[in-house]
Amino acid sequence: MSQKNRLASGGRIDRSKPLRFKYNGREYQGYQGDTLASALLANGVDVIGRSFKYSRPRGIVAAGAEEPNAVLQLGATEATQVPNVRATQQELFGGLVSSATNGWPNADMDLMSYVGKVGGRMMPPGFYYKTFMYPQSMWETYEKFIRKAAGLGRSPLENDPDTYDKINHHCDVMIVGAGPAGLAAALVAARSGARVILADEQNEFGGSLLHSREKINGRPAANWVAETVAELEKHPEVLLLPRSTVNGYHDHNFLTIHQRCTDHVADQAPKGQVRQRMHRVRANWVVLATGAHERPLVYGNNDVPGCMVASAVSTYINRYGVVPGNELVLMTTNDYAYQTALDWADAGRKVVAIVDTRQNPKGARIEEARKRGLNVITGSAVIEVQGSKRVSGVSVAPIDARGDKVTGSVQRLSCDTVASSGGWSPVIHLSCHTGSRPEWRDDIIGFVPGKTVQRQLTAGGINGTYSLRKVLEEGARTGAQAAESAGFADAAKGIALPLSEEVQEGPAMALFHIPHTKPTARAPKQFVDFQNDVTASGIELATREGFESIEHVKRYTAMGFGTDQGKLGNINGMAIAAKSLNQTIPQTGTTIFRPNYTPITFGAIAGRDCGELFDVKRYSAMHRWHVEHGALFEDVGNWKRPWYFPKAGESMQDALDRECKATRESVGILDASTLGKIDIQGKDAREFLARVYTNAWAKLGVGKCRYGLMCGEDGMVFDDGVTSCLAENHFLMTTTTGGAARVLEWLELYHQTEWPEMEVYFNTVTDQWATMTISGPNSRKLLAELTDIDLDGDSFKFMDWRQGKVAGVPARVFRISFTGELSYEINVQANYGLYVWEKLFEHGAKFNLTPYGTETMHVLRAEKGFIIAGQDTDGSVTPIDLGMSWCVSNNKPFSYIGKRGMAREDCNRPNRKQLVGLKAKDPKKVIPEGSQAVDDPKQPLPMKMLGHVTSSYYSANLGHSIAMGMIRDGHNRMGETVYYPQADGSVIEAEICSPIFLDPKGERQNV
Amino acid sequence: MFYIYCPHCGEHREEEEFHAKGQAHIARPADPDSCSDKEWGEYLYFRKNPRGLHHEMWVHAAGCRKFFNVTRDTVSYEIKEVYKIGERPSVVAAGN
Amino acid sequence: MSEMIAPEKVAANKPEAVQEVARMNQLAGPAQRAESPLHHADLGTIAQKGPKNGGVTLQEHKLLGHLVIRGSQDNQAFLAGAREALGFDLPTAPLSSVQQGDRSVRWISPDEWLLIVPGEEAFDVEEQLRAAMGGHFAIVNVSGGQTVLELSGPEARSVLKKSTPYDVHDRNFPVGKVVTSVFAKTQAVIRRTGEQSWELVIRRSFADYAWLWLQDASAEYGLVVKA
Repeated sequence: MSQKNRLASGGRIDRSKPLRFKYNGREYQGYQGDTLASALLANGVDVIGRSFKYSRPRGIVAAGAEEPNAVLQLGATEATQVPNVRATQQELFGGLVSSATNGWPNADMDLMSYVGKVGGRMMPPGFYYKTFMYPQSMWETYEKFIRKAAGLGRSPLENDPDTYDKINHHCDVMIVGAGPAGLAAALVAARSGARVILADEQNEFGGSLLHSREKINGRPAANWVAETVAELEKHPEVLLLPRSTVNGYHDHNFLTIHQRCTDHVADQAPKGQVRQRMHRVRANWVVLATGAHERPLVYGNNDVPGCMVASAVSTYINRYGVVPGNELVLMTTNDYAYQTALDWADAGRKVVAIVDTRQNPKGARIEEARKRGLNVITGSAVIEVQGSKRVSGVSVAPIDARGDKVTGSVQRLSCDTVASSGGWSPVIHLSCHTGSRPEWRDDIIGFVPGKTVQRQLTAGGINGTYSLRKVLEEGARTGAQAAESAGFADAAKGIALPLSEEVQEGPAMALFHIPHTKPTARAPKQFVDFQNDVTASGIELATREGFESIEHVKRYTAMGFGTDQGKLGNINGMAIAAKSLNQTIPQTGTTIFRPNYTPITFGAIAGRDCGELFDVKRYSAMHRWHVEHGALFEDVGNWKRPWYFPKAGESMQDALDRECKATRESVGILDASTLGKIDIQGKDAREFLARVYTNAWAKLGVGKCRYGLMCGEDGMVFDDGVTSCLAENHFLMTTTTGGAARVLEWLELYHQTEWPEMEVYFNTVTDQWATMTISGPNSRKLLAELTDIDLDGDSFKFMDWRQGKVAGVPARVFRISFTGELSYEINVQANYGLYVWEKLFEHGAKFNLTPYGTETMHVLRAEKGFIIAGQDTDGSVTPIDLGMSWCVSNNKPFSYIGKRGMAREDCNRPNRKQLVGLKAKDPKKVIPEGSQAVDDPKQPLPMKMLGHVTSSYYSANLGHSIAMGMIRDGHNRMGETVYYPQADGSVIEAEICSPIFLDPKGERQNV
Repeated sequence: MFYIYCPHCGEHREEEEFHAKGQAHIARPADPDSCSDKEWGEYLYFRKNPRGLHHEMWVHAAGCRKFFNVTRDTVSYEIKEVYKIGERPSVVAAGN
Repeated sequence: MSEMIAPEKVAANKPEAVQEVARMNQLAGPAQRAESPLHHADLGTIAQKGPKNGGVTLQEHKLLGHLVIRGSQDNQAFLAGAREALGFDLPTAPLSSVQQGDRSVRWISPDEWLLIVPGEEAFDVEEQLRAAMGGHFAIVNVSGGQTVLELSGPEARSVLKKSTPYDVHDRNFPVGKVVTSVFAKTQAVIRRTGEQSWELVIRRSFADYAWLWLQDASAEYGLVVKA
């Protein structure tokens, strides 16, 4: 197809650079500088989609972010599929592949339209609630239908090959929008020396000046734009961001900007380049120069392709050299839109009529139109359009001065394009993001930003300032004010204001909904929100059904719910609701907008935080060895801990059985480096420990270690660990792996806010020490080969620690045990961790030194009934509930954290859940963790539950399964039987027993 | 995303460097053991949820690790004042 | 045994300097292999075989002596002791640092500093500080728990901007300034050491993540590894 709508000259496209692209499988040609929308219009593609509910053909309506219809699917390959791309914002590149997202099998020949006509009747406003909610079992079916019919596009089925990025910025002045106001503001702010960021969603700076015929300083506006951009580029502290949509304006002047770096170049980013970048900006001052969107008018069949917003028509003509039709009817409520008819005429095509809704309009542009012989019909409106896939004509009728009703006979005009303008709506979206409520202004017939707590200024169209001269003035003044407020004095001095001629304009008419000869409900459909097929009669119906709040009307009709967020239709919808409710617009209120301004790719949100970098992975100094020896890993906090070390052909249970037995029979080794370690120094260290642990610390001698439980003020256990007395005023605390940061913050909290007088410092040394635990009857023999420390059991006792050398490396060795075996925990500076670990293996072979991971550690400790805080506790368990009253000292002079909490009546009532051991009657059955105990598995539902299983394993050493769990009043129920009903209907029978399954006297660790 | 002045570092930092620690000025009772259950319950669990000025404790977790207080408007999210632990706020809600 | 748990000798002229802490020279001899946190990344080989030109240069300054010093600025015996042992004052202005030869000290918080010295000097310096300081203070050797990365080159700042929300502009981050902040999904002590160079102190267990991150974030500028 040739570019039948392309003008021979004019516009900002490069006719020497033709580009081939595909739309719905057909190949077309456009030019460098086109958007996908302008290229489609140049080729006369009228229908670019089918509507959501009624499946009506739809065409391109607008030329920017507000476009509701031309939302296409992009991507030449499966991996590069992108849904929800607005054709009006997608720059054309050679090889672009696009397709309509709704319409089965294609937009032109839509089988759905038959369904659609039925579906349309099935889908009145509130159809989600009325139709699709019941029966609930059908929801999945409905959802598929809605999702597909809604034309939301589809996500790729393959991994996105592109790289996305995030970058942080700080600036003095952030200017959003590089139209005349934004450019003027940026120029003044930049000259002051301030750090300025100027972002605009379009490929070129200039905004409306890119298609304007107005002059600045007596020359074409585009010249001024070029000069201004050239100067801005020279300022070292100015960052210019074209193709960058400011999508969110958050608290304290934080803005998120979505930059499309290579979307205009190719389907996939060139090698080494980032496809999209999220800029995270913290600005001292923000200038919103976001302009305004033109409102279309709401009239019968206003969705037929060929119906467009007036300024969009001018944009296509002046910026892209495309006239999207042959015969134009323009309907307007204001002077400005006359320009569209003038542009159309200048392009050499026929202006059938200008239909002005005002009775007696006067203004310079109107004079010009009349002077040029254009047919101006006043006091009238286009009440209805004819045509289905393209406009074929309009019905024009006189209306009354308020625009409430048709007052005379209808005449038919033949045309293929209807441009309409109901005035302009300031783009207040970003201002709304910060919580500011918009304010209605009758004089500009629109909402402007309301009061704000942000350091925010506004300039230009967003304020309802539309005359170019005033916009430039406002921009320059605002840029100066922002720079001065940010500390750049005298920014306002010597501003040479760009000058533009004032065009004399008459007042506009506040009209949104064009009356028809028939009542709204029976007139041809008058669309308000194209993307969601919300009509004027739908809104009236909603108000009749009692939805009086605009927020309710919005939710009931789904107005503004589409990917366009109602940029084009919301104000019209509110006006219709207001009129229907006999209220003014400010009385009716407005909905506000939330981030994001336009849809954003998941890639840009994720940035580099994906794949390997999705989350932090923490490694111990011995990690490489674990990898080389086939460890499988478990995530504990951010740490990658060896889970178990399977040998070839071993199942997980095989590996665990082997690791467990080797440890109990000879010696095993665990990498315990991940345990949190906190160095505590100061003369009050000991007293501090006494306050944060439940047990006594006053008499712990130098060279000794002690286990402690830490509770919250509520008396519930939240962490545990061994703390060692390194010297009189020096302790080393260990915490659980996952609790390290929390415990340190907890200690600091109490030190800084409650007991600042205590002389103590806390420092994390978790990463400083590599910790390897050798455990088992042969651990002493193994260690003896490598150390100068006297390991004699009479001098280096259980719960002692000693300093010396291990494998020639200075070490602290702690004789503590989490397995119940003779154990030594060797700590060396982490730089030597792997060296010492390897030395232990060199000497360990003869003892069958066996590495084990977290799973074997869990089994071994469960055999001994040792708890794991966070697994056997859940924030509702006191030390007493755990059967650990031996670890609670109420003789301490200070009321330690947790004491008062534990003294609450509820903590001392009978019948609390308590931790017990559980032995399944069938020794092979491992009761699933989380299983709930009941006394009688045959009782009716809901059963009375007694508590859940917290830890459960198969113990190869004992030859049967073991478990720990909470049981109501469990400590008094030893020997009784409880039942664990399972999801599959089976029931596991278990006996309540002591959680210490092995060596209850502790003889093995005490040799 | 707040921009919070750290009174110890002497400059504004991004919210992601901080942890919010809830209502400020909740002193641990001097003698918990003599508190009634009701008094202890108040200390442990009862917190204000004002619409407007609120005194909160924050910690500069990824920075200097110091706790401090912030007076913040819970409607506008404006931070009205930042002051150190042990200091009293100068901006307080009417009636406080 | 005895030498490390014995109470420190109390200096006769400083009766307040009773610091009963465990002291330990954590360094082994040259026969015992020490590995920095990024040892496994084999930066030496990458430096040899990898690209020689790029916008960003990365170097690990490994196996240095890192000492955390804690003390109150109201404690004159502490501040004076630091001056006596180091030959310069601890920087008390927030976010400042001092570099003297191969010793550098960073303000971390009002009562915390990070001193970095050549690895083999760590214990001696710790002992000198303990001997010179009085009152309540703490010194913790963290030499094994963290490492120093130096990021330099014309695009070093761009990589930092991707990695930290802190404002690294000249006007806010002059040479010598030091901040502890978020770095990607971990944290770093970031110090500007030159017009185009920054130093990052990264915790050991996060070093691999930081290394992967830096490779990724600097890919578009070209990353040069220096041994």
